[in-house]
Amino acid sequence: MAYVAIADRDHEIEHHDPQTFITKYIWSQDHKVIAVQYGLTAIFVGLIALGLSALMRLQLGFPDQFSYINPENYYQFITMHGMIMVIYLLTALFLGGFGNYLIPLMCGSRDMVFPYLNMLSYWVYLLSVIILVTSFFVPGGSTGAGWTLYPPQAIMAGTPGVDWGIVLMLLSLAVFIVAFTMGGLNYVTTVLQARCRGMTLMRMPLSVWGIFIATVLGLLAFPALLVSAIMMLLDKALHTSFFMPAISLMGADPGYTGGSPILFQHLFWFFGHPEVYIVALPAFGIVSDLLSTHARKNIFGYRMMVWAIVAIGGLSFIVWAHHMYVSGMNPYFGFFFATTTLIIAVPTAIKVYNWVLTLWEGNIHLRVPMLFAIGFIFTFIHGGLTGLFLGNVTIDLPLSDTYFVVAHFHMVMGVSPILVVFGAIYHWWPKITGRMYNETLGRWHFWMTFIGTYSIYLPMHYLGFQGVPRRYFAMGNTEFMPESAQDLNAWITVSALFVAATQVLFFINMIWSLSKGPKSDPNPWHATTLEWQTPDHPPKHGNWGHELPVVHRWAYDYSVPGYDDDYIPQNVSADDAPAGRDHGGAH
Amino acid sequence: MTIALGFLALILATLLGWLLKQSFNTQPWVAEVVGETAHHGPLGTNSRLIALLTLLAVVSSFFALILSAYALRMELGDWVPLTEPQLLWINTVMLILASIVFQWTRNAAVKERQARLAPGLLLTGLLTTAFVIGQLVAWQQLQSSGQFITSNPANAFFYFLTGAHAVHIIGGMYVWARATAKVVLGTGDAPSIARSIELCTIYWHFLLLVWLVLFGLLLST
Repeated sequence: MAYVAIADRDHEIEHHDPQTFITKYIWSQDHKVIAVQYGLTAIFVGLIALGLSALMRLQLGFPDQFSYINPENYYQFITMHGMIMVIYLLTALFLGGFGNYLIPLMCGSRDMVFPYLNMLSYWVYLLSVIILVTSFFVPGGSTGAGWTLYPPQAIMAGTPGVDWGIVLMLLSLAVFIVAFTMGGLNYVTTVLQARCRGMTLMRMPLSVWGIFIATVLGLLAFPALLVSAIMMLLDKALHTSFFMPAISLMGADPGYTGGSPILFQHLFWFFGHPEVYIVALPAFGIVSDLLSTHARKNIFGYRMMVWAIVAIGGLSFIVWAHHMYVSGMNPYFGFFFATTTLIIAVPTAIKVYNWVLTLWEGNIHLRVPMLFAIGFIFTFIHGGLTGLFLGNVTIDLPLSDTYFVVAHFHMVMGVSPILVVFGAIYHWWPKITGRMYNETLGRWHFWMTFIGTYSIYLPMHYLGFQGVPRRYFAMGNTEFMPESAQDLNAWITVSALFVAATQVLFFINMIWSLSKGPKSDPNPWHATTLEWQTPDHPPKHGNWGHELPVVHRWAYDYSVPGYDDDYIPQNVSADDAPAGRDHGGAH
Repeated sequence: MTIALGFLALILATLLGWLLKQSFNTQPWVAEVVGETAHHGPLGTNSRLIALLTLLAVVSSFFALILSAYALRMELGDWVPLTEPQLLWINTVMLILASIVFQWTRNAAVKERQARLAPGLLLTGLLTTAFVIGQLVAWQQLQSSGQFITSNPANAFFYFLTGAHAVHIIGGMYVWARATAKVVLGTGDAPSIARSIELCTIYWHFLLLVWLVLFGLLLST
């Protein structure tokens, strides 16, 4: 039977070009518009979370100077900051934003396989965000249970937001999971079904691989959060005792019997650890493509990179209890989970080596996206190494409740993915908008962010070794903490406010570029992947005009010996790219 | 968490085996003429089927995790096993019949025997509705005998599991209702109706399987 790519069968996917402003930009089924909607919403809530962290830092750096920050508020800030950053910003931005934009374009498809479901996914996500933001304004405010929402305190009197906040939080998470599942079904099916002719799995750019495996992880792990959210809602609303132990509350009996808080921790981290990789794997993939493109060199060890992504994905499901060493579980479990945690460092280290080896003898162009990609290697190695410390039970026990942990996870899954987000936005901005940004401003943005974040988080490791406890509203007078710890805290706060303020550069640059930026070349980085080869720039609805592209090679044909150009796009056949012939693309 | 892990190992092993087949011994850096790579293209099946199977994996993960929680919670001291209402046996029979009739309808749809579709679909709907109502009645019976959701963790899990399962059935009924409306009103083309009936049938069999596992577990503990 003659081979016909699924995407070539027009009856499978119908495309009606949107006519009005509303169908084009609001109720849009175009994956590119949905990606931008996801991205803007995620960045909007991300800014709220950034503001919350600034408020927390004000209290920590200059205790009791600000009358509007009290202990209750402080815990609400922590909780909402963590939850928003991890789930509503990073997960939504990487999968809903970049996943939506890149999968169809990089795979050579016209759109997601189910455009209507895709649109629904965004609107349900927006609903979850609205529920979340509403919780700031209900009586009692948002929940202050900490982003891990551990029972019993999450639903007991004394915790801020115990009446409304926690209920809205759990509800919002459940709605988010529904939205993610709708999106996730689309991403998986599109990668499996709608690749263009010649795009074999092992020719997909690593960005698509990272997003694909992260989506699979999300689809299998988010149910754990859903189960725990429902069970906690039942404990809260109907007074069942899934998680709530027999407990006395101000001398009264709230009616709970012997539930298990540890059970919640198991369920939560069964989701929570894969969640780290749901955020990290797309970042790994994207950073590989940025490094390869801007170093004009094929990615080192492509197959190894793919298998490392898959291996990390699989292993990420059997390390969850390394978050629970201090929970009082059986010590033999700790031994097992410390071992698996060290094992997962192996494929991760392979990836880091391969990134560095990709740079080696490359023709490195230090443009803004490349700066962010290389910055990511630094912060990720840093955060990864402290992860090895904390993965060992004996080291984790004394450090678990200190700022060392805060420094570790912010380096590895805060700063690192955010650097990739910025790198990716700068990299694909010309494709999304058709305009260039100001390079100098971009560099300033990078250096101030990069140095600024180091100046926040390096001292925090030291505070952790000093034993400064995390989660505390005020440190009080303790003997083991030298007075200089407070000076360091003030320094960290100043740095944090500085970094937060420098993000204005990014927004100024992008808003300026939208209206006044110079028009960009269709392929300004001379990249090989399909999204840069679209007939229209920026790509229109349906992406490819009349004919779908045909792929002849992998995504990493940079500096191939014997060719004039230092790149050969994926859709150029061996016959069309003979040595010495120019095949399009400006020099 | 052994149950959830076992389930995950199964899913990931399938995925890994398939990936190995796709990527073993390939040399991605070699540019080829497209004709040679034709067999490496996308899976040649229905996209909706892929999406449904993915959804079933997600739903399985959901139930496997509840069962894991069940197994962990069961070992704590305050667990008093629940005696399930006998009515559940009748409900189970209803659901099995619904699955059988749905399969029969699906076969008719594939063989393009249009006349059998409407009665088949309506009968399936009736049996499935009977199952859901039967579950509600079982809840009522438990309540009237003083077995409330808060009485005991075993009760709480019983209500949670049966409720979650029923919600999935009702979600399936939405798709069933759309297909049935098309058949009864005579709108929609035959191949697309046949496709939805095929997918619905898979979903019904899957939920029957989930129910049998849940019911077996509830009976044995």
